[in-house]
Amino acid sequence: MLRVKNLTTGYDGVPVVFDVSLEVNQAEFVAIVGSNGAGKTTILRTISGLLKPISGEIEFEGKQIHKLSAHEIVRLGIAHVPEGRHVFGKMSVKDNLLMGAYTLNDRAKVNKLLNEVFEIFPRLKERENQKAETLSGGEQQMLAVGRALMAEPKLMLVDEMSLGLMPMMVDKVLETLKQINKEKGVTILLVEQKVQEALEMADRGYVLQTGRIVAHGTGKELLESDLVKKAYLGM
Amino acid sequence: MSMLAQLVVTGALIGSVYSLVAVGLTLVWGLMDILNFAHGDFMMISMYTVFWLYALLKWDPLVSLPIAALVAAMIGLLTYKLVIKRVLNAPGLMALLATFGLSLFIRNFAQFLWSPNYRFVGESILSGKKLMIFDVIVGLPQLVAALGSIGMTFAVALFIKKTKFGKAIQATAQSREIAELMGVDTEKVYMFTFALSGICVGVAGTLLSGIFPVYPESGAMYGLLAFVIVALGGFGNIWGAFYAGIMIGLAETIGGFYLGTQFKYAIAFLIYLLVLQFRPKGLFGW
Repeated sequence: MLRVKNLTTGYDGVPVVFDVSLEVNQAEFVAIVGSNGAGKTTILRTISGLLKPISGEIEFEGKQIHKLSAHEIVRLGIAHVPEGRHVFGKMSVKDNLLMGAYTLNDRAKVNKLLNEVFEIFPRLKERENQKAETLSGGEQQMLAVGRALMAEPKLMLVDEMSLGLMPMMVDKVLETLKQINKEKGVTILLVEQKVQEALEMADRGYVLQTGRIVAHGTGKELLESDLVKKAYLGM
Repeated sequence: MSMLAQLVVTGALIGSVYSLVAVGLTLVWGLMDILNFAHGDFMMISMYTVFWLYALLKWDPLVSLPIAALVAAMIGLLTYKLVIKRVLNAPGLMALLATFGLSLFIRNFAQFLWSPNYRFVGESILSGKKLMIFDVIVGLPQLVAALGSIGMTFAVALFIKKTKFGKAIQATAQSREIAELMGVDTEKVYMFTFALSGICVGVAGTLLSGIFPVYPESGAMYGLLAFVIVALGGFGNIWGAFYAGIMIGLAETIGGFYLGTQFKYAIAFLIYLLVLQFRPKGLFGW
């Protein structure tokens, strides 16, 4: 579904990600793990069009997308849940969700999606008229995920869900993602520095170190590999 | 007593036109943190548009309104495309200097083309007509200018608040990047907002062109007052600009009457300085 080929990307022509290739198949749950500063976010930002690659290619459903701008890429069915939540704080919860469906013009469909999101996150329904900035961190994260779902994405890019959330909340949001992946068939590419949690959840994973992929395999394989055990799990 | 009533009415009428000028300015500020120093000069261009349509084709200002608004919208759009876009990612001061330079250019170019002479739109359907309400005299041109300005302000506020594209503008104002991720073509949003800002000031200019003389500096004071109003109303806040505009209109009319008209602008700027001391985010700021 998504193929990243020999991608080198970074900021203002200075690369921070080198020659990365990865693949995400239909309905898969894939995780890119690595420590802070490894370049995980940079990869996601390049896929969603916020950054332009220095070299390499990105293909989505057989179509090259790395020359498109971000708002065009959304329309192909890629929704990006950005790091640090980034909801529209001054807008109501409901308006935030409606912004997520900006690319859709069918009202009935938007309402249906809205109800589905409220079903997954009943808390958002309770607060639908509140300004998003008044939500707790966990609720804002739910809102960011809900907003991405409103675009009816085929592929969801999820950046560092765990950031600033308490551990219990992290597990909860990750489980919700898994549920979305299994029940709705939304393909997920997750980026996470909570290596263990992410790999337990994911079908497959890639390990990123200082901008390069150093290992990949199923979640289980990676968790049992010496590299991951030593570098990330302290074993 | 009847004097005060007269002053309040006169002040509120002119204040509502100030509001509309300020709404145009605050739209752009709210969206991209850019203060457009040439804003008042867009108004001058729309006033000249009305004047020339009157002088050459005998068009009534109210008939010229859509054309003058369109001209101002185009100027706004061109300003974005040719000037603002190039300094958008530079430090804030660059945009400030760029629009300041643009303002000087527009004024001097207008002077070059049309001379610094005062011109007047001598006749219109409204000119010279008045209403008497109890013992308060209301000039019809002023009344129409005020009602038109209030109507336009409401229309803009509703558009931003209620429509899908209006919400996209709000979203882009909060984060351009995240709005892009929602599928908003933020370049379009920027272009549109600059054009809308031009329309606001173009409508205001048209409505005033039957009342005030038209000359290259005729927008300058309005531009300056609009800054004061935007700051008082809270940067980016449309309703704040509306209330603050009326307030400044009242203050300068009432204060000008009792202290002398030569002080009327001094009063407006004094209020501005005082309010900034105590509420730097404006009276209606967040």
